[in-house]
Amino acid sequence: MKAAVGGYARARDLRHALELLSSADGAGRVLAGGQSLVAALNMRLTTGDVLVDIASLDECRGVVDEGETLRIGALTRHAEIGRDPLIRTHAPLLADAVGHIAHAAIRNRGTIGGAIAHADPAAEFPACALALGAVMHVEGLGGRRSIPAEAFFRDTFETALADGEILTEISVPKAAAGEAQAIEEVARRSGDYALAGLCLVRREGRHRIALFSVGPKPTLAAGAMAALDGGDVEAAVAALTDEIDPPSDTQASGAYRRHLAGVLLRRVVARIEGEAR
Amino acid sequence: MNEIVRDRIDVALTVNGEPVEARVPAGQHLIDFLRLELGLTGAHASCEHGVCGACTVRVNGDAVRGCLMLAAQADGAEVWTVEGLTDTGEIADLQEAFVARNALQCGFCTPGMLVAAQELLAREDAPSRAEIREHLSGNYCRCTGYEAIVDAVETVATARAGKGGA
Ligand SMILES: Cc1cc2nc3c(=O)[nH]c(=O)nc-3n(C[C@H](O)[C@H](O)[C@H](O)COP(=O)(O)OP(=O)(O)OC[C@H]3O[C@@H](n4cnc5c(N)ncnc54)[C@H](O)[C@@H]3O)c2cc1C
Ligand code: FES
Ligand code: FES
Repeated sequence: MKAAVGGYARARDLRHALELLSSADGAGRVLAGGQSLVAALNMRLTTGDVLVDIASLDECRGVVDEGETLRIGALTRHAEIGRDPLIRTHAPLLADAVGHIAHAAIRNRGTIGGAIAHADPAAEFPACALALGAVMHVEGLGGRRSIPAEAFFRDTFETALADGEILTEISVPKAAAGEAQAIEEVARRSGDYALAGLCLVRREGRHRIALFSVGPKPTLAAGAMAALDGGDVEAAVAALTDEIDPPSDTQASGAYRRHLAGVLLRRVVARIEGEAR
Repeated sequence: MNEIVRDRIDVALTVNGEPVEARVPAGQHLIDFLRLELGLTGAHASCEHGVCGACTVRVNGDAVRGCLMLAAQADGAEVWTVEGLTDTGEIADLQEAFVARNALQCGFCTPGMLVAAQELLAREDAPSRAEIREHLSGNYCRCTGYEAIVDAVETVATARAGKGGA
């Protein structure tokens, strides 16, 4: 199908983009990589949007080392995240996640900010942001806000971004010495959205587990995290399968997803312990 | 605000090395612009939601989905389609290998396959069969069963590596 849009404007810079959004009277929609938005327009899941193209906002691009954290511009593309040396060294979880996201041609245009703002419950980057304890920086005409990942993701396709606000960058704490980060998922085919997925970060002996595709938004598995801190993998699996309530759909039943989550936890722990899978 | 254009976006880009200026509808896909306005019908529009890869073209050096990019977004871009890549001879060896290995039957997927395969070969010196398969996983083919396509790409990878890389 063909897209039905209400208009298009190219923003010159961030301020201009914010002004364009506010002048669109609620119909404004940020267009970043377009890899979810243009697909939705083509399927007529959304029509009449005034597209504000933010591709030329150079201030929202690239990866900067800020000492304790990495600052990642929202417009940094998936493929760039996958080959960036700073990300590979200091946030390897994000680099590893890229291989699970769609296909090469989509990774060439999709942006990390678009993936996080889109907040698909099956997407990898939102769960990574949660596992890493990332902070989202957003800007509106009224000013800037910084929102921790825990408060950012609210529901399916729903975030703390207010109307007219733009996600400009994401800060991620740099991996500590000896930190382990890993992502595992099960998808029907390479490039498909995951049936279930799990990110694990072990930072200074403490674990953070973020799950995706098992509920309406990426979630931390607090019970499993506490059990892993205590070194008990079996207790962690038991806690994990208790604390999630995955939906059933045409791809997989809730029970199957719950089972997969446990399998993924065992797998990811084995991986960071360096055991054979 | 009059900066919001309802239905006539001016774009200036280069397509297959030639400058192009046009006024495009706000919602027109790049693939439709190339096919309908410029007559470059090599790449195809098929699923129109990013799944099949038939519309894959090269934009600013990257293989991208022509159905997930608006023509309006291509302002200032350098676009190459299978027609241009054929004229420059850049993919002549790939095209020959596709024919020799029977890696195309109806040919519907072939332009997208070629653009995607050439991107991989330009980035990786000697991709393994698994890497070739993974890279082409976003390009559907109804006819060949993929094995012949992987063969063809692997043949070219080996030949180019033998010549000291492309
Ligand atoms: C076939 C296919 C398979 C896919 N598979 C996967 C997958 O396995 N895993 C996965 O994670 N994703 C997958 N995707 C989605 C892809 O990763 C997208 O790139 C991503 O979800 C959206 O990023 P984008 O930059 O293209 O955003 P866009 O499509 O431009 O925008 C998406 C949404 O976010 C909003 N938005 C974008 N940027 C900002 C910003 N800076 N501030 C505020 N709002 C913003 C837009 O208004 C829109 O509502 C797939 C897509 C396709 C077509
Ligand atoms: S037509 Fe673009 S991916 Fe299918
Ligand atoms: S050759 Fe027919 S679709 Fe691939």
